[in-house]
Amino acid sequence: MFVCGSICGAAVDFLSHRVCLSSPSQQRPNMFPKGTKRKFSDPAEEPASSGDPGPAAPPPAARTLSSSYSLQRQSLLDMSLIKLQLCHMLVEPNLCRSVLIANTVRQIQEEMTQDGTWQIMTQALAAAQCPADRLVATEVLCRQTEPGAQAGQSPKPFPVVGLEEGYHSEEVVMEGEVETEVTMSTLSPQLSSSSYLAGPFGMDPCWDEEDEDGDCEEEEEEEEEEEEEEEEEDEEEEDSEECMSEADEADRDHLSADSRTGEQVFGTFEIKHPTPPPDPALEELFSDVDPSYYDLDTVLTGMQSTPKMGPYDLLESLSSHAPTALSSSASCRSDLNELDHIMEIIVGS
Amino acid sequence: MGEDTDAAPTLNHHGFLPDHNYVTDADIISTVEFNHTGELLATGDKGGRVVIFQREPESKTEPFSQGEYNVYSTFQSHEPEFDYLKSLEIEEKINKIRWLPQQNAAHFLLSTNDKTIKLWKVSERDKRPEGYNLKDEEGRIKDISTVTSLQVPVLKPMDLMVEVTPRRVFANAHTYHINSISVNSDYETYMSADDLRINLWNLDITDRSFNIVDIKPANMEDLTEVITAAEFHPHHCNLFVYSSSKGTLRLCDMREAALCDKHSKLFEEPEDPSARSFFSEIISSVSDVKFSHSGRYLLTRDYLTAKVWDLNMESKPLETYQVHDYLRSKLCSLYENDCIFDKFECAWNGADSVIMTGAYNNFFRMFDRNTKRDVTLEASRESSKPRAVLKPRRVCAAGGKRRKDDISVDSLDFTKKILHTAWHPTENIIAIAATNNLYIFQDKLNSEMH
Repeated sequence: MFVCGSICGAAVDFLSHRVCLSSPSQQRPNMFPKGTKRKFSDPAEEPASSGDPGPAAPPPAARTLSSSYSLQRQSLLDMSLIKLQLCHMLVEPNLCRSVLIANTVRQIQEEMTQDGTWQIMTQALAAAQCPADRLVATEVLCRQTEPGAQAGQSPKPFPVVGLEEGYHSEEVVMEGEVETEVTMSTLSPQLSSSSYLAGPFGMDPCWDEEDEDGDCEEEEEEEEEEEEEEEEEDEEEEDSEECMSEADEADRDHLSADSRTGEQVFGTFEIKHPTPPPDPALEELFSDVDPSYYDLDTVLTGMQSTPKMGPYDLLESLSSHAPTALSSSASCRSDLNELDHIMEIIVGS
Repeated sequence: MGEDTDAAPTLNHHGFLPDHNYVTDADIISTVEFNHTGELLATGDKGGRVVIFQREPESKTEPFSQGEYNVYSTFQSHEPEFDYLKSLEIEEKINKIRWLPQQNAAHFLLSTNDKTIKLWKVSERDKRPEGYNLKDEEGRIKDISTVTSLQVPVLKPMDLMVEVTPRRVFANAHTYHINSISVNSDYETYMSADDLRINLWNLDITDRSFNIVDIKPANMEDLTEVITAAEFHPHHCNLFVYSSSKGTLRLCDMREAALCDKHSKLFEEPEDPSARSFFSEIISSVSDVKFSHSGRYLLTRDYLTAKVWDLNMESKPLETYQVHDYLRSKLCSLYENDCIFDKFECAWNGADSVIMTGAYNNFFRMFDRNTKRDVTLEASRESSKPRAVLKPRRVCAAGGKRRKDDISVDSLDFTKKILHTAWHPTENIIAIAATNNLYIFQDKLNSEMH
């Protein structure tokens, strides 16, 4: 049965016109269809600072956009990225659907670039990212943070995330990019409230698993299977984030230089996703196989392994077509070592 | 036609479990196709099976009662496969079935899944030889010493047996998922189209095919458009059309070049800038394209509309029919639950005067091109008792004025979608696939085409 209730005219309009709304909080309940899954029961918890730039003022162009429109556009963008991600199943994904979603993402990106909001977002993400340890990010996630401080750091994204109640997708993030988006989310005060954190980001279950179960690739595979059984996409996000990064590092260590770095990351999904052979000789052998099919996938899903890569760098790669350089961070290696150590303990027991 | 259709539904259940509300995945019908005379109706399902129905000859005792369709043959066309190179499953779901024109007593059809096309021969056997010299009735070898005289075996009648045998397997020619097959009017060749390429085959040759369209970009990251459907012209063996995910149609002439990447005609409706949204492209993606029987027109289906194009006019469609415009305000939700990617098919009636296509909530729509009347009908067990007349349905806007029996937009069941429909080539008989049920409706009053 179709979940959606009626969508208010305002929500309709945002996609076709730019409606100037007086106050975001007034419009918010109308923006999302009734009956869709909500993480927050109380819309009032959403930040009053949504749309407010805080100390770092966005360029005037961004301000003229109605916050509701940009928020909804953002949620559409997030939803699309998730859809691309979730394409990976046992059967080959539907290419037509992937292409249409990717085109939608490109369209949003283009518009956001013209508005100048793109710049803001990428800057915010860059600022918000911790170049170090992913585990540090965990703390950030779990920490109760000051509303004012966060507002300044990422003016655009987190109000959106806070509002995306109807779309549980925002909690599910692209692999490898999860960290940044997660970080982004937790910077909003309401998101750091216990109800939210306990779910995806908090103490459980992924982080616990993380501690217990250091072997990322196995964990990742298990969790992949688990994920598909579970409704909770939250765990998927966390798991994939953790596993992806670690596994990526491992992959990078093992694989020789390959122009298609995204595929290295892709290759971590051993069971479900084939790894195009990195060896040039093998590539010739398999030239009939057309691994470029998976290039599209990897590009679209933005298999980014480095924490420096924001979720929207994938979009850049869509336009620039240049495989983004993976900057290996020593911190990731230390994570890997830690995990290995932990894994040994687990396996030993 | 239009609202005057009196339908006598014939329910043919295959796989329906009356006591439960769930549907076995494998029983979901994935394609429906009448043969060229309309005597046979083939359906393919997600489990790789093909079921052929045959129309009973008209009864002499009741001259006005037309034949009903009964199961003629069932066979497993495709099996699930595993692509070891890519570590991915290849679904056995039958994507399309196309009949070959009948040339002898046997019937031939092509069925395809994502990767492999098969040619099947459907033949009847109603006689068998009896009276062998060396074998007895059960087939055991006789003791030669008991044979005292020779006899000539005689053909004796037997119960009708329908045999289906695979005659050709056309494999390993498609990297991407096959979405269409179309038999050429020369009856020697056919084409198969996947997301990025179209191949031309000879029906007798399985180890070779010619690539006639290739839209794969050199760099897959540049990919923004895929092929969604393709069909040969019904009379001109050199012409074919293919549709794309950007809402364009390309008519190609195979005489112009071996590789028909360059179109002869491009049919595209300019976008209405006031209606532009982030979903504009997705809803413009053409899910099905069908030549009219006359070959003069094209019928296309995109998410919200069905359009009739004149082959001589590329700039815009001749007619546009709103199938379910009330969904336009719900596109965001439909995008979220993936319904916006549903691929609806469309069909012409034999006279090319009426077009038909499916919608949600087990509704299907018919549009009369001449009278401009349209009707919404429902294919469901509750509303279709045998011999009952189908009642027109109406969808009203949420909160709008509502008549009795109207359905509100918000109450529509989006899991009940009618993606596959077929129209008898000459008579007013339609086949509607509703998930795992097949409905066959006949227009008794107006049996002839207008």
